[in-house]
Amino acid sequence: MRKYVPKDNVQGKSYYTDRFWVAPRVPREEVSDAHFTGVVATLGALAKEAHVELGQLIVHIDARDNIAVIKALKEVCGYTQCSEQSAVDYLAKDGEFELFYQLLNVNEAKRTRVVCRIKKGEAIESIVPLFNSANFAEREMFDMFGIKVNNHPFLKRILMPDDWEGHPLLKTYPLHGDEFASWYEVDKIFGKEYRDIIGPENRDPAKVDRHDTKRFARIGYEVPFGTDISEGETQKEIEYSETLLVNYNKKESKTLDKRR
Amino acid sequence: MAQHQVNYASSAGLPIALTSVDKLVNWGRSNSLWPLTYGLACCAIEMMASGASRYDFDRMGTIFRASPRQADVMILAGTLSKKHSEFARRLYDQMTEPKWVISMGSCANTGGMFNTYATVQGVDRIIPVDIYLPGCAPRPETLQYAMMMLQKKIRRESADMKKNTKQDLTNQTGKRARLI
Repeated sequence: MRKYVPKDNVQGKSYYTDRFWVAPRVPREEVSDAHFTGVVATLGALAKEAHVELGQLIVHIDARDNIAVIKALKEVCGYTQCSEQSAVDYLAKDGEFELFYQLLNVNEAKRTRVVCRIKKGEAIESIVPLFNSANFAEREMFDMFGIKVNNHPFLKRILMPDDWEGHPLLKTYPLHGDEFASWYEVDKIFGKEYRDIIGPENRDPAKVDRHDTKRFARIGYEVPFGTDISEGETQKEIEYSETLLVNYNKKESKTLDKRR
Repeated sequence: MAQHQVNYASSAGLPIALTSVDKLVNWGRSNSLWPLTYGLACCAIEMMASGASRYDFDRMGTIFRASPRQADVMILAGTLSKKHSEFARRLYDQMTEPKWVISMGSCANTGGMFNTYATVQGVDRIIPVDIYLPGCAPRPETLQYAMMMLQKKIRRESADMKKNTKQDLTNQTGKRARLI
């Protein structure tokens, strides 16, 4: 029997969530391809699990074996390119990061993804000695997730500023930034004492401030640009047209002079 | 007597024009607005188009300068990321007074669609802006129009730099004071 969920506030909720929705998965196939079978056989016991998704081989390994596995793939199986390396945040679900290395065999036109999992706070060995392209990728992974990479030649933030706090691609990082992020440019350029003068960021694109006469005007209460109306403004009578066609100025219409 | 020779004695032939110092100085300033060659994102492509032959900023006396020390106008064309904000402000500080700022496009005005942690939500948080240009990206005509509006604004101002300088914090209307 289904768990009872009270439905009295369904209309009031701004977002409806489908309880029965399941994220679609790419179908997994057995390793039947001749090349991929050879790859799995080469790795032997290093490959904990192997399957094919969308024509690509996925190999799950232990995170401590990553150098050995990728070296075997590069030198024995002909995977000469590491096209991407990064991580996925599964901390809330499993308490782990999933790291992946996307490798390409140009001669066979085959791709293999090496996947491993590490706990939060654990480090991974750098594969820069094998693939130079992993240099920036590992720096980005460090920048975005805070995953340390052992023996990396230059482990430093690559996208965010060097004095940034926090790792923005973590699922716990707010999209609009934490307090450090929202005051970053003010603190850096002017100093913290300018926070009061400059004010917080406006994250509401539909914001209307009725006391702001530089950006907004009220019909019937028009004042000159930039006037301070915090004490209230006087109402001006709106002149409506008395005729069907608009006649704002109420002057006489243009008449031809005597010469015509 | 040669025909092109000025007849000083005849009426209205005198090579004299009466004006005020304000008007003369502002005439010079408004007709030689030199923006800084400084692009941030896709709006900069439109800014380059405005400077190129079809739209031709040069005919308005608007010539892009490669050094902030020789520039009068800063056109902030594009998304200003938080990482870059420090450098934008440094370029602005290097410009000599009098100086004006045009915020070009939605991203520079308000952050635009980049409602994220890494984008400055409006360049007026760090630099005082004279003209806000709407659009994503604004057409070159819009930027030309903004330049003409800026010329109008300059002609209204006093030539005395002390009156126009951005270096005052006295004008505290509303909650937000003017930035230095």
